[in-house]
Amino acid sequence: MLKKLRVALAWIFWIGITLLFLDFTGALHGYLGWMAKVQFLPAVLALNVGVIVALVLLTLLFGRVYCSVICPLGVFQDGISWLRAHRSKKPFKYRKGMKAIRYGVWALYVIALVAGVHVFVTLLAPYSAYGRMVQNLLQPVYIWGNNLLAGFAERAGSYAFYDKEVWLRSLPTLIVALVTLVVVGVLAFRGGRTYCNDVCPVGTTLSFFSRFAMFRPVIDHDKCKHCKACELHCKAQCIEIGKDHELIDYSRCVDCFDCLEQCKFGALEYKYAWGGGHPERSEGSPSIDSAQNDGKGRRAFMIGTALAAGTAALKGVEARAQEAAKKTDGGFADVLPKQAPKRVTPVTPPGSKSVKFFYQHCTACQLCVAECPNDVLRPSGRFDYLMQPEMSFEKGFCRPECTRCAELCPAGAIQSITKEEKTQYHVGTADVNVDLCLEATGKSPCGKCAEVCPTGAITMVRQGKTRRPAVTEEVCIGCGKCEYLCPVRPFSAITVNGKSQHI
Amino acid sequence: MKRRDFIKISGAATFAAACAPKDARPVAGITKEEGPGQMLMRENPKNGDRISALGFGCMRWPMIKDADGKDVIDQEAVNEMVDYAIEHGINYFDTSPAYLQGQSEKAAGIALSRHPRESYYIATKLSNFGDASAEASIQMYKDSFKQLKTDYFDYYLLHSIGRGGKDAFNKRYVDNGLVPFLREEKKAGRIRNLGFSFHGAKHEFDYFMELFDSGEMVWDFVQIEMNYVDWTHADGVRNVNADYLYEELDKRGLPIVIMEPLLGGRLARVPESISRHMKEREPDKSVASWAFRFCGTYPRVLCILSGMTNMEPLVENVETFSHFKPLTEEELKFLEEMATQMMEFPMINCTDCKYCMPCPWGIDIPGIFQHYNRAITDGTYAQNTTQKNYAKLKKAYLVSYDRAVATVRQADHCITCGECLSHCPQSINIPKQLKRIAQYVDNLKQDNL
Repeated sequence: MLKKLRVALAWIFWIGITLLFLDFTGALHGYLGWMAKVQFLPAVLALNVGVIVALVLLTLLFGRVYCSVICPLGVFQDGISWLRAHRSKKPFKYRKGMKAIRYGVWALYVIALVAGVHVFVTLLAPYSAYGRMVQNLLQPVYIWGNNLLAGFAERAGSYAFYDKEVWLRSLPTLIVALVTLVVVGVLAFRGGRTYCNDVCPVGTTLSFFSRFAMFRPVIDHDKCKHCKACELHCKAQCIEIGKDHELIDYSRCVDCFDCLEQCKFGALEYKYAWGGGHPERSEGSPSIDSAQNDGKGRRAFMIGTALAAGTAALKGVEARAQEAAKKTDGGFADVLPKQAPKRVTPVTPPGSKSVKFFYQHCTACQLCVAECPNDVLRPSGRFDYLMQPEMSFEKGFCRPECTRCAELCPAGAIQSITKEEKTQYHVGTADVNVDLCLEATGKSPCGKCAEVCPTGAITMVRQGKTRRPAVTEEVCIGCGKCEYLCPVRPFSAITVNGKSQHI
Repeated sequence: MKRRDFIKISGAATFAAACAPKDARPVAGITKEEGPGQMLMRENPKNGDRISALGFGCMRWPMIKDADGKDVIDQEAVNEMVDYAIEHGINYFDTSPAYLQGQSEKAAGIALSRHPRESYYIATKLSNFGDASAEASIQMYKDSFKQLKTDYFDYYLLHSIGRGGKDAFNKRYVDNGLVPFLREEKKAGRIRNLGFSFHGAKHEFDYFMELFDSGEMVWDFVQIEMNYVDWTHADGVRNVNADYLYEELDKRGLPIVIMEPLLGGRLARVPESISRHMKEREPDKSVASWAFRFCGTYPRVLCILSGMTNMEPLVENVETFSHFKPLTEEELKFLEEMATQMMEFPMINCTDCKYCMPCPWGIDIPGIFQHYNRAITDGTYAQNTTQKNYAKLKKAYLVSYDRAVATVRQADHCITCGECLSHCPQSINIPKQLKRIAQYVDNLKQDNL
């Protein structure tokens, strides 16, 4: 019964969060947004005291149900282990926890969090790792499916579905997502909750409380026949059934309740056991598991490949020459795709207060990237901020009526703002490249940037025989409309640089 | 006959209507058969040419992508349509070296050369809009023979003169010595009838009539834009009312060829409040048939050109002209009333002729205007946020806009360079209209109407 309840709740959370990452239309945010906001690490970064206290109390009461129900990566791993459990009669067996790695990673993680080593923080955060996988690997499939429906809808004259472009936002992030999928998948298949109990910093944090949990699975020594059925089906590999002793490592138990239904003798019960024994007495000195080593090596490799790929992706495509022909009617001139310029300071979304604030709080879960309706947000390729989002304006600009990322950000990296407030944040400043500008070089009359600037920050000024745009820095808010609509391609003649402090 | 029966039996017509591309016209009425009928013919009083009142305009043929992704004319479809047209009495084909990215003449040549040359009349044009030098213009003239696989043109037009008046005319035809050249060609029989197509203001038209009256230019026919809206509702500043043009030409006994009888399809798909009146009178006839009957009612009209993109409008138009019923006085008044009502809708006067294209910055000008007009015609044009169904209308406009026009080719990307202005026969202030639409879309996105 308890297991059924756990499974049902896990499905609800897992489907909800997955849908939240898939839905690009924004239709589900109102209903599902809270599921991201109750995730542990985002709540810590958002200083969401209510959520943190609630999660700690939940763990003190019932153990690490968070890991079995709320954490999408945990549920995802359960799905993988389920495959194994169904193929094997003895899928798992007790092993000692790897304390050195577990607490070592945790300590490093806390240091990284405080010191601002964002790559390490975002890489291991479980919710973010899951979000990354969905946004990078599953959302494209979802959108392709949507586009197929949109094709049918178009034929039927319906507007129920509309096309959405699928494009590669960042190769390094895609590779990280892929490698995460493989590494976590393999770990889950081989050892159930290995990632959660030996690596995951959130799991370790919750384990500090779960060992004191009021309710927990307890083995009745008198009833136990030492058949090992529970041990062999414990995904967390935390039940040890010896010849005449039995032990559960509550720091690692994720309260999945799988063991309860394995026991044919009624020896296992989930019950009130406040102040019960601390079973770690029987553990020997920690030794480093080879599989774990393997995992670490892969992770290092993964970062290496990601970086190499990142630099390769920066290489540009050369512009094609336009072909002149005699005047005939119809047809289209080629429009080259825009390319992102190098920005001295990254542009971060309105509501993120400052570049520093943003990157300190962001867990790189990619929720805002998955949802940005204007295709402005994408994971950064900079090493310092790898996978954390930044803004760029090749496919659109930060539209004034949209505050979707601010509504969604579970980590508080993008603070909630209203449409009215949005236009008051100066997230960047436009910069003119006179050598490319059509008017300044006398190639064509234009003035597009000045025409479209929503704050009137750009004016066309005469310089000798030609005009050029001039930007009033104090007025520019950095929305990127000028850069997006600048007709010069592939690099716009006017580009936005981020402001470190958004005033 | 066989085809029509087939359509009738299979119901293919209704299916085609449901799947038709955005600019195709509804095909209501074509299943209502009244016997084979006879194509309405008109006689050119100058030389006795017997010409079908319905002419085939070769400017709107279907395009497909070839292996390299380039736009090419769907020759197979063209052949099929031309065969059907000739079989059903259409014998006038109007093309130009500029149409369809310069491919129209060649496709017409391929399709027509499969029929005996004396079974049809060819009209083409001197479309020297770009390089107007004598060499380039004569080269264009000679190329047309090659493309159309013929050694004479029945009707040859100085393409789209009017705007810019005397100066533009002199630049393209007088200063470079083309007028005497064309006169010689006519004498040699390679041009049977010389005329011009006109877009412009009244005083500009008057100038060409003066040339005729003084004997300086001998026009054998004139091609004008005429339909029940332009009859008295042309803007009067940059375009002149068709009733004036008709009268002036009629006075001089000049045969008239009609272009834009449907305003690029806009008179085939009119707002519901207007089509309702038409359907009340003629429930089984298409909206477009009214526009054709309007033109055909005037006796000086030699031929009415329709740029038919696919089989359905062709079948339907053949039907209209095979059982032609001129409009009565009362019906003419009714159409005038409809035209007046139509002026209430804020449509853009674009006929999708694509002369403005290609825009050097890649904007899909006719695509944007067609989409905009379509939304107004269909009543899916949101006017303010408080109206009922606003959210639905907003979504419909934005989604259909993205479907009709790629985002990088939408109105907000226009930089007002003005390159298109001189090309538009309708004298639309294209950059201004694009800006208006871009503003509308932006307001729609911001719920700021």
